[in-house]
Parts: sequence; C-alpha cells; structure tokens
Amino acid sequence: MRYGRSPEVLKDVAFTLAPGSFHFLTGASGAGKSSLLKLIYLAHRPSRGRIELFGHDVESASRNDLPFLRRRVGVVFQEFRLLDHLSAFDNVALPLRIAGAKPDEYRDDVAELLTWVGLGQRLWAMPPTLSGGEKQRLAIARAVVNRPDLLLADEPTGNVDHEMALRILRLFVELNRLGTTVLIASHDQDLVRRSGMPVLHLYDGKLTRHSGEARAEPRSTRPAPRDETPQADEQSEFDLGDENDFGEDEA
Amino acid sequence: MSVATEDPMARWKPAPLLPRDEEREFSLHFVVAVLCFLACLAAVAAIGADRAASGWARDIRGEATVQVRPKLGETGSTAAARAAETLAGVKGVTEAAALEKEKAEELLKPWLGDAVLDDLPIPHLVTVRLDPKAPATAADLHRALSAAGIDGDVDDHARWLRDVERAAGLVRWIAFGVFVVVAAAAGAVVAFATRAGMAAQKDVVEVLHLSGARDEFIARVFQTRFGRLAFEAGAVGALAAIVVALALKLLGGQNGFTPALPLSWWDVTAVSPCPLIAATVAALAARLTTLRLLRGWE
Repeated sequence: MRYGRSPEVLKDVAFTLAPGSFHFLTGASGAGKSSLLKLIYLAHRPSRGRIELFGHDVESASRNDLPFLRRRVGVVFQEFRLLDHLSAFDNVALPLRIAGAKPDEYRDDVAELLTWVGLGQRLWAMPPTLSGGEKQRLAIARAVVNRPDLLLADEPTGNVDHEMALRILRLFVELNRLGTTVLIASHDQDLVRRSGMPVLHLYDGKLTRHSGEARAEPRSTRPAPRDETPQADEQSEFDLGDENDFGEDEA
Repeated sequence: MSVATEDPMARWKPAPLLPRDEEREFSLHFVVAVLCFLACLAAVAAIGADRAASGWARDIRGEATVQVRPKLGETGSTAAARAAETLAGVKGVTEAAALEKEKAEELLKPWLGDAVLDDLPIPHLVTVRLDPKAPATAADLHRALSAAGIDGDVDDHARWLRDVERAAGLVRWIAFGVFVVVAAAAGAVVAFATRAGMAAQKDVVEVLHLSGARDEFIARVFQTRFGRLAFEAGAVGALAAIVVALALKLLGGQNGFTPALPLSWWDVTAVSPCPLIAATVAALAARLTTLRLLRGWE
C-alpha cells in the first residue's frame, strides 16, 4: 500500500485473523500499523494485493456492499474521532442510527453499554468535557455497540496512564470472550508482552513476525463459537473474571 | 413539596448529525431569502402583467369599430346613425352608437391640434359593444351593413388583440425565465454551501462513512439540513415579497401597483409555494452535490 506517489508503507503483508482471536499489532512509529488497520476497516484500498474481509474480496465488492462490511468492523481510532457536537449517548448510538435501528429499539442498550464502560453518570456529557480515559471508553463503546465481528483499536492506550491502559485492555479481553475478533495496534511493548497475547509485528512496512493463531492461509474473520476458536492466554494479566472493574472515572 | 423530574432518557431524541454553523448558515439563509424574495416579486409582477393583458384583450375583444362611407346626397352623420341602428339589431351586439363629430374631433385634438381639424375629413365612426359571452363577428357586422345597403369597413381590433396576446405570452415566458434563473442560482448557492459544509464537516462525514453509513444516508443528512434551511429562507423571502406587494397594492389604490399592472388581494397568495419550491431545489442540490463528492472519495 502507498499514499499517492510516496514509497510503499506496507509491502507483502500476508496474514489471516482467526475468528474470535485476539492479537496485538506492534511496531515502531511509522512501521505501518495505522495504515494496515485503515486497510482492514476499509478507509483505504490497497494499491496492490488482495484483502478478504468476512469472506468477501474487498477489491471486487461493490460500492453498495462496503458499508455493510464496515458495519461488521468496530474501530477505536487513535484520536477517538468522537463527534464533539453530540452527547456521549448520541455518539454511542451513532452506529445503530446508521444501521437503521429505531431509537426505542436501542435506547436501553446504549445506556447499559455506557454504564458497562463506566460512563453511566456521563450519558449526556459532551466529548470536550470528558477526560482522556472517558473519551477512550466512549470511543470503545461506540465501536462495540453494534456487536461487531471484528474490533480494531489503534493505540487505544496511547493517551492514558498505565492503570487506565490495563483497564481498557481488560475490557477488550472481555469483548473477545464474547466472541469478537480483536486486533489492537500498540507500540507499548511492555504492555503487549505482559498480556501474553499473540503478536503481529511490523517493521518498515513488512510483517516480520507473527505468532499464535495468525495464519498465512486466507480465512474469514467471522467469529466461530467460543469452544472452536483459539483464545488468548486464560492466565493473562488482563483476565477479568466475571465483571469489569470500571468505576466512574474522574471528569 | 416534591418536584417531579422528567427522565432525560425518556425525552431523548437523536440529535442532528451535523453541527450548526451559525455564521455560514446565516449567510446562506440571507442569500436564499433574497433570491426567493426576488422570485416572488417577479411572480407577483407577472401575475399583474398577465391580469392587465387579459383585461386589455377583453376590452379589445368586446368592441368593434365601423367606419361608414356615406352615399351621395347623404351626410356622414345620417349614414353613421343608420349604421348604428342596423348594427344594434345584430345578434351578439349589446350596443352600437355613432361617434359624434365633436367627440371625434376631441379625440384627434391631442394629436393634431385645433388648426387643421376643420380642413380634415373626419371619418364617420360607429362604436359597437359586443356581447362578451357570444360576440358577433366582423363578418356578421359586415353582412348586416351590406343587407342594409350601408358601405363601411368593420375593424374588430384583431390586429391589436394579437399584439396584446403576444405581449402577455412574452410576459409569462419572462416570468418563467426569471423563476428558472433564480432557482438555478439558489441551487448553485446551495451546492456551493454543501461543498463548503462537507469540507468543514469532513471529520463528521468520515466518521459516518467509516461507521458504515451508505452514501444515501450521508446525502440525506445534508439534504435535510439544507432543505430545512431553504424552507425557512423561502418563507422569509415570500413573506417579505407579500409585505412589499401588499404595500404597493395599498399605495396603488383599487388598481393595484398601477392601472397598467393591476393586482388583486388574492394574487399575493400565489407566492405561498415558495418555501416548498426553495426546499425542494435546495434538497436536490445538496443531495446531488453530496453524492458526487462521496463518489469521488474512493
């Protein structure tokens, strides 16, 4: 993949995410992590090569099909990309509105999800009034509200302290346990190592290492039943037990 | 005392997906309102012109003039009187009267003055009022004159009628042209504003796009915003035009703007579809612009 006439930022990257898997995508700044995620969430098209998403060849998918593929991918952007003129509640409800759901159908679900990520008291707050951690969790809530098959997160712990990073990662683990395939881009090697999760490592635009269930042959990322899919290390530091530990965060 | 507080969740409604841009929207509001005001004034003026042309045509169609040539030994006045009596009995004629010599001279005075009138052979005319429901034709009148042995020419003003009707048609086309030009200008302004709005709200559009919004969904967001804005601006423009038209009507008295441009009280209500037309044009312009820009993204 290349931007305009610039040199290729990703070269010969080939991997498959098993349904229900959990991976970290690591690499130094500029290694191509964000570009790879952009290719997966269909913000860009590859200048060469092929991407298959949920069994669909992205290149040959019609323009009308792409929105429906995008709805199956939840994205936590590095810079959150919250809509500042909408309340936390409206931000989280956005993917459901786009999918055509009626307010009465999702009103309670949105409130419940916001409570689950610890923002139950901040439903009507506007994003500019939220702390970094709250914004991060709000972005996560928006990414998962549509129960995506694949969750992508770009440096989700880049703007929060270590404690908040651990809490956010525990949340991702919990989502993964519910069947969502998770891919998290992070340059925090220490956090990745302590998680015990499989890693895809990018160096200078090339996939130099992959471990765990990331495989070379093409395969759909649609999640399979829990007992059929390889999972993250059950004894990892981010094991949540039965419930998350998000409290109401500081403003 | 207890105060019942309403649950915010119960009264929650999805918020508009585009943030308000007061400054940009005010400018667009103003421009569209001015365009609608001009279009409405043009429409009212066209209605007045059409009404005037219809009145002139009706007057012309309701009258005919007969120029009588007296026989040898007969005075012009006698011949004219005889022709008037004959024509008054024709079916489709309500009244026929010989134009007196003094009155004919009065009519010519503004053009020729006093000096030469005595030397001029003043034509002997009969003015004929026709039944507006079933008017007699020029041939009917000519036949009646011939039967009575009266020599004369019948002028049913058809030539003038054609000119007036041509002018009325021209006024209608001009009004339609003004409407098309103003609508196109409004559409162009809204298309430009949509383009600017999409550029200003690129982040919002991208989030919608990446969250799985179809182009139709995003286009609907913009078309709703600009359609509503144009509806409001159209209402303001139409209202201003109505106020101006009513003021001119009041100042102009019974005839409306002027006797040449009559206007009834009901004519001003003709601008009432303006907000709907403005909203339709704006929504269409915003929709097409958004779809075109979105298709250029990939």
